[in-house]
Amino acid sequence: MIVTEFARNQWYVAAYGHEVGRQQLGRTILNEPILLYRTEDGRAVAMADRCVHRRFPLSESPSHLVGDRVVCGYHGFTYGPDGVCVAVPAQQRIPRTARLRSYPVVEQDSFVWVWIGDREPGDTLPPRAPWLTSPDYTTVCGMEPLNARYGLLVDNLLDLSHETYLHGGYIGTPEVAETPITTEVDEDAGIVYVSRHMDDAACPPFYAESTGIKGRITRWQDIEYRPPCLYLLHSRVAPVGSPPPAPDGTDEHAFHVEVVYAITPSTENSTYDFWAVARDFALDDEKVSDFLRDSNRTVVLQDVTALNTLEQVIAAQPDRYQELSVNIDTGGLAARRLLARMAAQGDSVPSQAAAR
Amino acid sequence: MSARDSGAPAGRTVYRIRWLPGTDRLHASCFCGAEREFEDPVVLWDWLLGHPEGHLPRPPEAHDSPAPAAALV
Ligand code: FES
Ligand SMILES: [Fe+2]
Ligand SMILES: [Zn+2]
Repeated sequence: MIVTEFARNQWYVAAYGHEVGRQQLGRTILNEPILLYRTEDGRAVAMADRCVHRRFPLSESPSHLVGDRVVCGYHGFTYGPDGVCVAVPAQQRIPRTARLRSYPVVEQDSFVWVWIGDREPGDTLPPRAPWLTSPDYTTVCGMEPLNARYGLLVDNLLDLSHETYLHGGYIGTPEVAETPITTEVDEDAGIVYVSRHMDDAACPPFYAESTGIKGRITRWQDIEYRPPCLYLLHSRVAPVGSPPPAPDGTDEHAFHVEVVYAITPSTENSTYDFWAVARDFALDDEKVSDFLRDSNRTVVLQDVTALNTLEQVIAAQPDRYQELSVNIDTGGLAARRLLARMAAQGDSVPSQAAAR
Repeated sequence: MSARDSGAPAGRTVYRIRWLPGTDRLHASCFCGAEREFEDPVVLWDWLLGHPEGHLPRPPEAHDSPAPAAALV
């Protein structure tokens, strides 16, 4: 079944770094309304987006920032960047319980990650996507809100055979759906790998126009899903007949695109679909950037439209949901199981977890 | 720029599933060495995750021979 439970005690992408500034940003993650902003010295902070007084959202005007503090737009309760209330209108005494829950934040690889859970993250750090800020790559990115449960996006991204049908004319060609996959699950690390290596494939416009390749290509799609949130597609394209990567890992005859998604559940039936495309060629070519940004956004919106429809279908008959899995679903089934396990573990109190 | 070899490092708790080219069959390998072929990924995952139940590692000398056909269930 599609996973609907949330995996708590995990890192989630709440925003791109460039979205978080001296203006409040409100995001709902795993049903928790969260306020994000940057202090004057540039630090991103996250706290509950509901005033303790009468629950007015601190991300909504006329709530506003004064220095590092946020002032509620309803009656003026004022909070520091740690969420502690520092001023209550017309009285000296500040109730001891007047504090907003604050969230651990890590800013990394252009993302603002927020820890959602009941215990502290400790040494656990978010997974990496270093290409997004590497000087050797140029990145375009965006975020599309999805009105569907996050499990539908996980299913979608783990099975790229849908490119042939849903994204024909952009990234899909017949070879994607025709080529068998290999799947690996690393239980210890909690990672799902799905690989599809096409030896001789048509070059879809997405790659033909960005790389300038005219003929057929060798096309490798190596998915690395680090549940719950981070999805990496290591994409390699090269003209057919080009030498394979050298034993030392260098691969100068191929073009590399790192397609990164962050899948952040918002509510039971809505999801933030963060997407980024990092390339190691035509680094300074604005036209290539514009083309890849437009194309990938179009592709993401094709998925969004399809998944929004699917959500309606599934939500209409929750107890009559039936599906049929075939070979292309091998990776998606693995991802579902890891997510279900993480959701079960994240809910258990630590003593129970230790007893397992 | 470098191409990465996809997949998990060896010596870990890793499940591998290969779609046998030219067929509709999936070849599953457990970290314990057990292998089996399937036609349905749901049944395949049930078997893999059922480890160690029904997982008989092949004798070392058999490793280069073709994978045995799936047992009847
Ligand atoms: S609701 Fe925020 S001060 Fe009253
Ligand atoms: Fe898609
Ligand atoms: Zn086994």
